[in-house]
Amino acid sequence: MFQAKEYVKPASLEEAYRLCQKRSSVVVGGMMWLKMETIRKQTIVDLSDLGLGEVRESEEEFQIGAMVTLRMLETDEGLNREFDGVFKECTRHIVGVQFRNGATVGGSVYGRFGFSDILTALLALDTEVELYHGGRMPLAEFAARPRQVTERDILTYVYVKKDKRKAAYLSERRTSTDFPLIACCGARTDWGWQFAVGARPGKAETVSFRVIDGWLERRTGKPCQAVEAQDTGWTKAAGLPQSEASGDAFAETLAGAAAASFIYGTNLTGSGTYRAYLAKVLLKRLILGLLAESGLAEGKEEER
Amino acid sequence: MKLEFQLNGKAVQTEIQADTLLLDLVRSLGCLSVKRGCETSNCGLCTVMVEGKPVLSCSVLAARVQGKRVFTLEGLQEEAEEAGRYLAQEGGEQCGYCSPGFLMNVLAMERELTDPDEDQIKEYLAGNLCRCSGYMSQLRAVKKYLNRKGEKGC
Ligand SMILES: Cc1cc2nc3c(=O)[nH]c(=O)nc-3n(C[C@H](O)[C@H](O)[C@H](O)COP(=O)(O)OP(=O)(O)OC[C@H]3O[C@@H](n4cnc5c(N)ncnc54)[C@H](O)[C@@H]3O)c2cc1C
Ligand code: FES
Ligand code: FES
Repeated sequence: MFQAKEYVKPASLEEAYRLCQKRSSVVVGGMMWLKMETIRKQTIVDLSDLGLGEVRESEEEFQIGAMVTLRMLETDEGLNREFDGVFKECTRHIVGVQFRNGATVGGSVYGRFGFSDILTALLALDTEVELYHGGRMPLAEFAARPRQVTERDILTYVYVKKDKRKAAYLSERRTSTDFPLIACCGARTDWGWQFAVGARPGKAETVSFRVIDGWLERRTGKPCQAVEAQDTGWTKAAGLPQSEASGDAFAETLAGAAAASFIYGTNLTGSGTYRAYLAKVLLKRLILGLLAESGLAEGKEEER
Repeated sequence: MKLEFQLNGKAVQTEIQADTLLLDLVRSLGCLSVKRGCETSNCGLCTVMVEGKPVLSCSVLAARVQGKRVFTLEGLQEEAEEAGRYLAQEGGEQCGYCSPGFLMNVLAMERELTDPDEDQIKEYLAGNLCRCSGYMSQLRAVKKYLNRKGEKGC
């Protein structure tokens, strides 16, 4: 059971940050996760009065406040227009509408849960997070940090760049509102491809690919951003099929290479072998969909 | 701590603890239609509307509804009775424990979606679990209820 003695709704981030420096304080986002935990705290720090409940769109990016609910992500027109419905697809299976009216983006990202659909989707986009104290950093860097009890920062915003990438999302679940058994997001960018796979059951990670001289090149770790596309860090992953290089053969090769970039494990919902198999199937579907959208499904993936 | 909010259209002033959950508060104020069916934010039985939106009252801090309008089934009697009649007619009410939460979400869906198709209905109501019905009778009831003015002619 979740227990606390005092409830505070700070009027400024500074105050919220100061309050949550104590070990006896707890920051509350949507509370959906917290309420299941057995914790006893002195002070609840409620972030709902800090103007963090909006999605704002500018020329270059979306700014998503930490208190934006999953239902808002699901129904936000701008986000879903820009990223081809990815935000609807990655949220619509999470428990139910009532749940998504409560759960927040901040709690979902800060939690860095292995099963997270939200983390998976955001990792295939050019995403940054902002911490009140820690500042702005790529999501991949933040997500890779293990959660520590000594962490006392507040996640304020998530930023998603509008870099014209085409994106798509798929997950597999035992029943439609269960946790994902595997979660995959893919994006076609102007320098290549970016994928994220989550619920492996380890937390989502990302990998990038580009096509050079009939080869697929891979880059793991730090995701590739447009400006750094020329960077080193790429290694040959697979030769691309030559003459019969139809969309399907290309998708098969790319999906295989992408799925093989991750480690899969076994838990109650499924075995590692099953997850690895599913990941490749879902990634291939994503790739074919993204190729079809740009009219390349039947043609050869052009080289850059 | 002190809390002021509107419950079913009436102003309420009350004392709560910092960690009181909305579910326990509204039940203590006599709204016994609101049920707790799980400990994992999963069943939808505790659904109430806050500012017109359906939420899980088991996972909302009571302190968060300060100054807000909260509705439970008790405050939506007429609509609830009408929708409930369809549910009963189709056999969608067996033990009935899930019905109040289910009806709350049906009424919320009616406010939010215009003319939803079957897939949209299923998706909106997927977070309302029922152990007895198997959901087919509920789906029939919802479709008939939404089409009660006969505009779809089926
Ligand atoms: C039954 C159930 C099923 C679920 N199924 C899925 C699923 O299928 N897919 C999926 O992706 N997710 C799923 N989730 C996770 C859910 O979507 C949310 O990610 C989760 O509830 C956390 O969000 P919250 O807003 O409720 O956070 P809270 O419970 O309020 O907080 C979670 C943690 O983050 C901290 N925190 C919250 N906000 C901030 C902030 N702004 N800055 C710093 N720290 C913060 C809190 O202190 C706490 O430690 C499920 C959760 C539950 C309970
Ligand atoms: S009591 Fe089950 S979701 Fe609230
Ligand atoms: S009628 Fe018994 S749980 Fe739904």
